[in-house]
Amino acid sequence: MTLVKPSLLSHLDAFVELENATVSYGRGEKTFHALAATNLRVVQGDFVALVGPSGCGKSTILKLVTGLIKASSGQIYVSGREVGALPMRVGMAFQNPTLLPWLSVRDNVMMPLKIVPPFRQEYRAKRNNEFRDRAEALLAQVGLAGFGDKHPWQLSGGMMQRASLCRALIHDPQLLMLDEPFGALDQFTREELWSIMQDLWISRKPTVLLVTHDLKEAAYLANRICVMQSRPGRIIDDTLVPFPRPRTIEMSYLPDFVTMTQRLRELIVAARTTKEAA
Amino acid sequence: MNSQFGRRLASAAFIIGFFLLWEFLCAALNISDIIVPKPSQVFVTLWERMAALWPHTIQTLYTTVVGFAFGILIGVFIGVVIGSSKLAYDVAYPLLIGFASIPKVAVVPIFVLWFGAGSVPAILTAMIMSLFPIVVNVATGLATTEPELEDVMRSLRATKLDILWNVGLPRTMPYFFASLKVAVTLAFVGTVISETVASNRGIGNVMMIASSNFDVPLVFAGLLILAAMGVGLYVIFSLIEGRVTGWAHRKDDFAMM
Repeated sequence: MTLVKPSLLSHLDAFVELENATVSYGRGEKTFHALAATNLRVVQGDFVALVGPSGCGKSTILKLVTGLIKASSGQIYVSGREVGALPMRVGMAFQNPTLLPWLSVRDNVMMPLKIVPPFRQEYRAKRNNEFRDRAEALLAQVGLAGFGDKHPWQLSGGMMQRASLCRALIHDPQLLMLDEPFGALDQFTREELWSIMQDLWISRKPTVLLVTHDLKEAAYLANRICVMQSRPGRIIDDTLVPFPRPRTIEMSYLPDFVTMTQRLRELIVAARTTKEAA
Repeated sequence: MNSQFGRRLASAAFIIGFFLLWEFLCAALNISDIIVPKPSQVFVTLWERMAALWPHTIQTLYTTVVGFAFGILIGVFIGVVIGSSKLAYDVAYPLLIGFASIPKVAVVPIFVLWFGAGSVPAILTAMIMSLFPIVVNVATGLATTEPELEDVMRSLRATKLDILWNVGLPRTMPYFFASLKVAVTLAFVGTVISETVASNRGIGNVMMIASSNFDVPLVFAGLLILAAMGVGLYVIFSLIEGRVTGWAHRKDDFAMM
């Protein structure tokens, strides 16, 4: 993947590109800068983690790239086109699994197929065979085989989050946006899901942007980690994660890994204290 | 299962006990028929005059159901419009509250003025009585859709209609059915008010005439019929509700469907 230093990536390499993108709310004196001029280039199929203190604009970047919010200035390109100009397939998963309680797990997973072209046009014809099998196969891949007929409230938190990942991936998105998807889970479930997430990424290679508070999670999953600072939000550090794949939990106790997470931690702590001093 | 049966039994016993107590108190305190008739008298009156009461019952049921149906149609439409747009919500709500606050008895004469006495004012009164709970509940259900859920849908480039159809409306169903159960009883109130004021048919009219003749057992028989119809429609909507919105109660038998 990104073996090139992020700062050396050119415009041509980038699948996702933020060019001097800023986001601010309000006017005049009360203007709140959620994101200061930010440049970020991500190559296709890469896995990038955004870490940093609360309110540093991590989620803002995700929303910009998905087109859920508009930049106050600057440009955002995906696949060489400005965001929103071209329909592209995006998958999203949040900390809250946001499954629809009135649908079975399988129907929840199939929801994007009902909305997104070109699947949309074929939904009526294929929902009972091809799409159904596709959803079941994906559920099986995350260890939820046989749970398709259940309703979300009958699943545990970790299982709901797996189903939510399936929903984010069912339509083969080019871009996968993960906003602290494992934040509300217990330690062991979280580690289990890291491994599942890694497998899904290796087998499908979508371009992933992951927002997280968990530095170990970032170092385990990502190829590249961007550290952000708040008020105004901006990227202060951009590091490649050199560990070989597939990574294991055991690797996270090795010296190199620990050194890396420690360094990230210090960066974030420093970013927090400068903010408080100011 | 057993405890459910037990609860039903207790509920039935409670109803029978209520009538028995009523009968007993009337006899013990020697209350005149003209004030409060005994339930036994009411049931006898009901049985003997059934033939005469039947067309009125049908009339009341008909106007109520038609008015209620219009109430649902218009209520859901207004609720969807108001609930799916913040602007419409802010703009239309004050006017809506204003309309809702008008005592409905006060508008019956206006309807009579416009449409003459009979079924039409009764249908319209039933409609406006049932309208507001439906509008408020549907609008609330739509307006409180979780923003993250909308983000998921919007990131899929879902249209407003997609979101409404796949997320907004299903999510609103429990609110909608809760409002129907309130609205259906209000629809009866509306019909009877209108029949009392301006109609020569319907249970409301029967009760009006009966009370002016001091035929109090017949008045109570009318009340009993209204109560029975109200309970009947309530039960029907509860059953549909259980079918449609079992997920909101996390019922296991819903999950098995």
